[in-house]
Amino acid sequence: MFIIKYIKEVYRGVKSLLVGMKRTLYYFTHHKEIITQEYPDNRDTLVMAERFKGEVVMPHNEKNEHRCTGCQACELACPNGTIKVIFKNELTPEGKKKKAIDKLVYHLELCTMCNLCVEACPSDAIKMAQTFEHSVYDRSELTKILNNPGSKIMDGVE
Amino acid sequence: MFEEVGTTTEGDIIINVGPQHPATHGVLHLVITLNGETIKKVEPHLGFIHRSIEKMCESLTYRQFIYVTSRMDYLSSHINNHACALCVEKGLQVEVPPRAQVIRVLMDELTRIASHELWWGAMAMDLGAFTPFFHAFRERESINDIMEETCGARLTMNYMVPGGVMQDLHPDFQKRVKEFLQLYKRKIHEYDELVTGNIIFQNRMKGIGYLSPEDAVSYGCSGPAARGSGVSCDIRKVYPYEIYDKLEFDEVLETAGDSFARYMIRLREMQQSIRIIEQLIDNIPDGDFQAKTKAVLKLPKGEFYQRVETARGELGVYIVSEGGTTPYRIKFRSPGFSNLSVLDHIARGSKLGDLVAMMGTLDLVIPDIDR
Ligand code: SF4
Ligand code: SF4
Repeated sequence: MFIIKYIKEVYRGVKSLLVGMKRTLYYFTHHKEIITQEYPDNRDTLVMAERFKGEVVMPHNEKNEHRCTGCQACELACPNGTIKVIFKNELTPEGKKKKAIDKLVYHLELCTMCNLCVEACPSDAIKMAQTFEHSVYDRSELTKILNNPGSKIMDGVE
Repeated sequence: MFEEVGTTTEGDIIINVGPQHPATHGVLHLVITLNGETIKKVEPHLGFIHRSIEKMCESLTYRQFIYVTSRMDYLSSHINNHACALCVEKGLQVEVPPRAQVIRVLMDELTRIASHELWWGAMAMDLGAFTPFFHAFRERESINDIMEETCGARLTMNYMVPGGVMQDLHPDFQKRVKEFLQLYKRKIHEYDELVTGNIIFQNRMKGIGYLSPEDAVSYGCSGPAARGSGVSCDIRKVYPYEIYDKLEFDEVLETAGDSFARYMIRLREMQQSIRIIEQLIDNIPDGDFQAKTKAVLKLPKGEFYQRVETARGELGVYIVSEGGTTPYRIKFRSPGFSNLSVLDHIARGSKLGDLVAMMGTLDLVIPDIDR
């Protein structure tokens, strides 16, 4: 009968809406189940995953030495020309001329965080840092020089 | 752009939806011819997010071009990378170690779940329900955390490389995935309570946007859009790659062909992905995660094609090699493009309000269509 079908349908409809409302009310009363993070208020306690790809950096030891030999493998591996290796000539203690890196220029604004340069580096001179707040007022600030001023290559790294 | 004005009869109105419209999920521009509220024609205009990825790939080496494909269908970036890696491996004839194969499949299925979850939230939001979006993102967030831990990124991973995967699994991976599986099982009934069973939702989905199996095939639809019409086209079953032929899972099929069928397909596919993950998570073999490959990859002269099943359908990667270090030509067969082309066909004659629901069930990702 039409009328019974109609009433049944109304009943079914109202029930389905109430089921959904129950779920909403459940979360309204169960605050523990809410998982949002209140960034940036939690910046002090925020832990990023250790592999998070935020920026390429070159670690230096306490004597201001890095491991980069200037082999340019990273420059070749990079798909979009983010890294440029600039050389200078250095004199070794024996008085011989030796090639060393002057600057390892890194354009953060071009980088796609693909990790290919880190994979390609044969002497583990660069790695990914976990920083992610990269906004600056002028884009020239995004061009970085990865080796510290006055830094040298570590002993024993070929 | 509006030469089609001439074909309309008097009384028709033409409205533009997009390219900046929340319902189009990206920069898609639809020119809709309306008669009253009835749709007479839908014409998609593309190209707003064309980045010429195919051309770009021609100047990149076989290691480098994979990262670009994450930017095509950004919701299944793992699977895109997987397709490219497989195609390059086909040319190089390298064997992928068993551990890498299992890792790849695990990542693919996690991506599929994450993608369907985002789709579910966005679908409900298109129809006016706002809360489900957050429920979907809660589960998706835990997948993103797993990805972040192992691959170092949340959306554009670049984790698959020719010969295997880039890094080994994070030591916490298995634990985190098991936690996710538990969370998912505890929460899955909410999806039905909030949306699937809802009477308003059902009335707006059932019988809307009918796509017949013949049309699905002739328009080249794939993935859930075609399986909703009963066309069996799951590449994981039809042309198995990696270890999919050794896994137990069902190809999800519905026969109704309407929006609700396509909706149910994706919900049920998530269950199948869970099933695959459960089979693999305790059986990850030991060994290398990457095969030894040369530093500079060179594909032999020839043509190579590989297809995979992304969350949206069949993705094909076609590489023409001249024997050099970069491909001579690359073509991607993207699922979104064919699925969008059927929109005009299924939308004709229905009401304007239903168009958003139909677009939602086709699960369009615009960067994938434009590339
Ligand atoms: S992460 Fe990728 S894009 Fe960035 S510098 Fe390294 S290789 Fe280049
Ligand atoms: S960072 Fe590594 S790959 Fe790049 S030039 Fe230095 S040593 Fe070579």
